[in-house]
Amino acid sequence: MTETGTNGGAVSVSSLYLFNMAILVDKNTRVLTQGITGATGQFHTRACKEYGTQMVAGVTPGKGGTFLDDIPIFDTVAKAVEATGANASVIYVPPPFAADAIMEAADGGVELVICITEGVPVRDMVRAKRYLGGKSARLLGPNCPGVISPGACKIGIMPGHIHRPGSIGVVSRSGTLTYEAVEQLTRLGLGQSTCVGIGGDPVHGLDFIDVFRLFNQDPATHAVVMIGEIGGNSEEEAAEWIKANMKKPVAGFIVGQTAPPGKRMGHAGAIISGGKGTAKEKIEALNKAGVKVAPSPALIGQTIHEVLKGLRI
Amino acid sequence: MNIYEYQAKEILRRFGIPVPRGRIASTTREIPAIARKLGGRCVVKAQIHAGGRNKAENVKLAKNPEKTESKAAAILGKALVTHQTGPQERVVKRVLVEEALHIDRELYLGMVLDRGAARVSVIASAEGGVEIEEVARKNPEKILKEVIDPAVGLLAFQCRRLAFALGLAQAQVGKLVAAMQGLYRAFDETDCSLAEINPLVVTKEGEVIALDAKMNFDGNALFRQPEIVALRDLDEEDPREVEAGRYGLSYISLEGNIGCMVNGAGLAMGTMDIIKFYGGEPANFLDVGGGADKEKVAHAFKILLSDQRVRGVLINIFGGIMRCDVIAQGVVEAAREMSVQVPLVVRLQGTNVELGRKILSESGLAVIPADTMAEAAEKIVEAVKRQ
Repeated sequence: MTETGTNGGAVSVSSLYLFNMAILVDKNTRVLTQGITGATGQFHTRACKEYGTQMVAGVTPGKGGTFLDDIPIFDTVAKAVEATGANASVIYVPPPFAADAIMEAADGGVELVICITEGVPVRDMVRAKRYLGGKSARLLGPNCPGVISPGACKIGIMPGHIHRPGSIGVVSRSGTLTYEAVEQLTRLGLGQSTCVGIGGDPVHGLDFIDVFRLFNQDPATHAVVMIGEIGGNSEEEAAEWIKANMKKPVAGFIVGQTAPPGKRMGHAGAIISGGKGTAKEKIEALNKAGVKVAPSPALIGQTIHEVLKGLRI
Repeated sequence: MNIYEYQAKEILRRFGIPVPRGRIASTTREIPAIARKLGGRCVVKAQIHAGGRNKAENVKLAKNPEKTESKAAAILGKALVTHQTGPQERVVKRVLVEEALHIDRELYLGMVLDRGAARVSVIASAEGGVEIEEVARKNPEKILKEVIDPAVGLLAFQCRRLAFALGLAQAQVGKLVAAMQGLYRAFDETDCSLAEINPLVVTKEGEVIALDAKMNFDGNALFRQPEIVALRDLDEEDPREVEAGRYGLSYISLEGNIGCMVNGAGLAMGTMDIIKFYGGEPANFLDVGGGADKEKVAHAFKILLSDQRVRGVLINIFGGIMRCDVIAQGVVEAAREMSVQVPLVVRLQGTNVELGRKILSESGLAVIPADTMAEAAEKIVEAVKRQ
């Protein structure tokens, strides 16, 4: 328990959440931005810093030695980690270079890599995932809004002001639909422990099960809201896992009930192919696992609220 | 992105996979000459992007060159609807004329991303010529699979394992291994999202040949595949989807009459779902993205209104990065240009929401405001029903 996350060394998340109110990120997280000199990188680095996140470094190859406001910029992730003790990296670089940035971050020694970039080719992600196989770094995304532990640390593009600190964990494949759900929770007085975007791409980092595992062990999280969508079978696998292992109540929503088969619905991963990955199958699997599924996206907050009320009686 | 069978076969040929000799034709009169060059007995195949072509109607065998013309006449210009085209018809503009082979066995060979493994997998089956989903449903044990490690590619022993399991004779095993490895190189180098040879045939002469071919490509990788982009045929795609793509918008036509414009793919799907929940039918999926500007929003709005079936519009914006005042300005601008004849419900939430609402209410447009997603959906469904 004497280790801290500030030296960039290997601190396991399991040792951190024994005394912190969140998963993945908290007030000790030290963040570097890859692609800090681009318009998006600049904008969101400043917004996250304003929220209170420790934004300690930036990386843009060729811009080493310069600054964004008072944040030092380095040519490589390894140098940024060495100089600042950054232990998480957020990536805003354009799609052709995003997978390389992910691998550089993992090689550079950060524990958590968050790739916001949308439009990364699948082939690049297949290689990146293979590369990450031998590393300790965790990946969120790509094509995700990021992660926030309200009041402590915001990494990514979500609007901070809709969140409140609390005990509901949120995990989602979507961006704006998550904001919608979070706003519903906040309106109902249900704060959030951590909200995790796992991204809308078919090949991505942490999946529902990985995040459920963390929420399950996090004393600050009392219940979890999951937002899934059509395509793939992550939700079905998560349902199996929940049934066997989850100690906390879960409510959810599956978006895309009206989506036609064979069409990519915006997210690269949101496609019903060969009749597989429909909302109906996912909802059935979740229901079987005891997860209450909201009938409408406007009732996500209400659904978990009712689940919690039911438990108090 | 999809391409035609004849284009996919050209790619396969480049990667060393044997395909039948053949030529593409767009008129019937050029066909007998092609057939004569190919040796007389020919197959005429309709070329459309969607799969699921009814074989009896769209693939025709002609026993001699003279008969090819009438066979082609029955296909060319015909409007096809398959379960893969969706509701829109596709007119057959081209036929592929190919030498007819003496087929001994029909196999299935496909490659696709295995999302769970985050790797490409090879799927093979001795049940060729039928849809693989059909085989998976009825005889799942007949589906063989190998997962490819991207660091080393598809290995010869994996191909041999499949070839022997398919029951191929010794003389064909090497040929199948070559075809599989060629297909993987094609898949990898051209950024495929799906590559399917169905059937892959073993001829009576012992050759292994790709009798049909289907390739789809990863839209995210097209920036580095100019040769693939050049094969795109916009006539095979929905015109509004093409127009939307030009402005960086993601649009998909649906069957209903309530147009929707939303920021973010998840919320856009959610908006469709909630319209349905309140008894309406969405006319489309439209994601304006996170960084939309005034012009983009205006274009999106115009695309929505150009759909004659649209009887009402719901705009649902949860401004994270996106500012509500920007959205409002775009809507007002587009609505002024095209007189809006249908009810318009706008729900704005997030950054600069007050300013956005003010712009809308001062615009003189007949906008029905809504505070929440549920209220917005209820209002638009009601307004459309009242008409």
